[in-house]
Amino acid sequence: MSLVLTEEQELLKETAAEFLREHAPVTHLREFRDREDAVGFSRKLWKEMAALGWAGIPFEETFGGAELGMAELGVVLEECGRNLAPYPFLSTVVMGGGVVAAGGTDAQKQAILPGVCEGETILALAFQETGRFSPYAISTKAEAGSDGFKLSGEKVFVLDGHVADHLIVAARTSGTAGERDGLTLFLVDPSGEGCEVIRTNTIDSRNTARVRLSGVAVETSAVLGEIGAGADLLDLAFDRATVAVSAELVGISTEVFERTVTYLKTREQFGVLIGTFQALKHRAAEMFCEVELSQAVVLDALRALDEDRPGASRLASAAKARCSDAASLVTCEGLQMHGGIGMTDEEEIGLFLKRAKVAELTLGDAAYHRDRFAQLTGF
Amino acid sequence: MTTTESSLEAFRQELSEWLKTSCPASILKGADAKPSKADHEAWLAAVAERGYTTPNWPKEYGGGGLSKEETKVLQQEVARAASYMPIVSFFGTAMLGPVLLEFGNEEQKLEHLPKIARGEINWCQGYSEPGSGSDLASLQTRAVREGDQFLINGSKIWTTGANHADWIFCLVRTDTDVPKHDGISFILFDLHQPGVTISPIQLISGQSDFCQVFFEDVKAEARNLVGPLNGGWTIAKRLLQHERQMLSAAPASGDDATSRPKKGASTKPKAPKSALAETARGYLGDQNERLAEPALRDRIAQYELDSLCFGLTLKRSGQQAKAGQGPGAATSMFKLYASELNKRRSEILMSVRGTDGLGWSGDTYTPIDLMETRGWLRSKGNSIEGGTSEVQLNVIAKRVLGLPD
Repeated sequence: MSLVLTEEQELLKETAAEFLREHAPVTHLREFRDREDAVGFSRKLWKEMAALGWAGIPFEETFGGAELGMAELGVVLEECGRNLAPYPFLSTVVMGGGVVAAGGTDAQKQAILPGVCEGETILALAFQETGRFSPYAISTKAEAGSDGFKLSGEKVFVLDGHVADHLIVAARTSGTAGERDGLTLFLVDPSGEGCEVIRTNTIDSRNTARVRLSGVAVETSAVLGEIGAGADLLDLAFDRATVAVSAELVGISTEVFERTVTYLKTREQFGVLIGTFQALKHRAAEMFCEVELSQAVVLDALRALDEDRPGASRLASAAKARCSDAASLVTCEGLQMHGGIGMTDEEEIGLFLKRAKVAELTLGDAAYHRDRFAQLTGF
Repeated sequence: MTTTESSLEAFRQELSEWLKTSCPASILKGADAKPSKADHEAWLAAVAERGYTTPNWPKEYGGGGLSKEETKVLQQEVARAASYMPIVSFFGTAMLGPVLLEFGNEEQKLEHLPKIARGEINWCQGYSEPGSGSDLASLQTRAVREGDQFLINGSKIWTTGANHADWIFCLVRTDTDVPKHDGISFILFDLHQPGVTISPIQLISGQSDFCQVFFEDVKAEARNLVGPLNGGWTIAKRLLQHERQMLSAAPASGDDATSRPKKGASTKPKAPKSALAETARGYLGDQNERLAEPALRDRIAQYELDSLCFGLTLKRSGQQAKAGQGPGAATSMFKLYASELNKRRSEILMSVRGTDGLGWSGDTYTPIDLMETRGWLRSKGNSIEGGTSEVQLNVIAKRVLGLPD
């Protein structure tokens, strides 16, 4: 198994880097932030990305997808990380689209995936209920009635929930919070009665939502996958999204590291370039090691998922733990080495630091994933 | 089957026959008897005769002349049939040999490489001096030309295995009037001669694997000068890259999950295990199916995770390196990371074993406990020998990041 990009993947990387540099550099995110845009990204640009095939990367050709894998999604996400491009890959392609493709009926797939591949449809997976990530800490209830279910509960940190065309809600058909069994996924129309979507603004200038479900009625046909076995689909979505967000973190780390090294070579103090100071050289060299390690483990984890390799979940956790720690180190050190200018809103380092923190805490931070890695290693 | 595959298969067959006739019975897998010294020697001789101690070297220099694929087959076949593959000192095979192949002249290659491959000559490395550790290029051992010889005076320190070595590859100063890097030469000479004094140095671990070596009017033949006079620094650095690459072989990470399943093996995936965690379990026990001490468990997890990522980084780098290229500047990162990882592992083991790990000698401690403790003390040298971690960071900053001096 190769940890080097194929020719096609190299080409995809170049295309993504060029496209995002031109159309969605960091200033692009800043524009949407500053005008308090209701969507938070350009739907037009998302459709252009879809036209390049990115929104359909992992989906079957029948639905308009490219039938590629996580390795290719990782390439694009790394470039998104380098540019802080706020596009709904995680919510719509990896998590939402992922569970529909893996657990949906033909009718559900046909109804949803073509729109995803075209960049028309935005999906959001509503699972989380507690601040700290805990995969099965779900209390939202799904009560069975004569012709369907009634959903009640409250979800937090629903990525891109504020603009989602379909919510995919994880709710309990049995059991209690913390149990893996008894979870079921439902397709929910966010404009339906009893469903309240409240936009939340996060530090990274992206958007998540709180979703309040007050007896939202859904038909039996809205069940996604098997009743009571929703955790199988969630686990799949979590593993993929964990590695996907790790790939984005690698992009962030690599970019901030490169910008910082450039700064060390241009900023003068005491009449010399600050890059001549050994105190800074050593810290820069340590960052280099962290970035190298992050890149290698993410490449392997992406491929492990594509190959359905035993131990892929363990690698996913290794990737998230390593990339979270590395991004935290690199963004904090990057800011420190930029000095006072690094603290200003005008300098972009701060925007990277904010996004890195959000990505770090999305789907479990380094401590969570080290614990999971240890469990999957038998201790 | 392609031609390459079929010729590899033929090679495998041939090896299998050769192993049947050449590997002493006591060394075959599953043998009951313990191999005798004579068996060891016979096995080494058989392997060396085919050049398999240095399988990739050209045949004319005592190597096996094998391709990478053939080497893999060799390793697989030997691992399948025999309990071990005999090795000869890596000072010759992994350090001096590669630079002789790159920088030596034909006469030098023909004279020295076959003896290295056969393990006839034990080599040691004359680099550090009492006044030249991290600042290696400031070395003062003098070599002055007299006819067909150089006369050598000075002292080398931290010379691993000098007390068991026959020859030394040595950095010497041949010009004092130029910048320090430009007056260094790389020369080979025999240690069995008058004027050579070798004193083992006892370390904090009680071991004495290092020596100080003194030279008083010691003679080196001029034909054993490798590369140009005063051109030794380039060779010295290349040899260090080989050394660091060797020192950075990934430590065992318990990562069975990423290795390819063997043919015919059970399809049930073997759960990956951590040797460190298994040891810790013996001391600490479990609570809620996790190691009982959460803080220590997290340190072990961090260590295993970093080992795994480091192993993948090595693998990726190997795949990136184009065939035929020497090791690159990134090898400095490998040496740095491998030694820091090993130190961490030893520290964790000390925490896990508690006061059982505090024994120095005697039979109130188990031999394994004593060995681990000595190993912990010895590991402190990992980030000093072969270039300190701080020097590695300097190298990365300069060569990889291009930061200014």
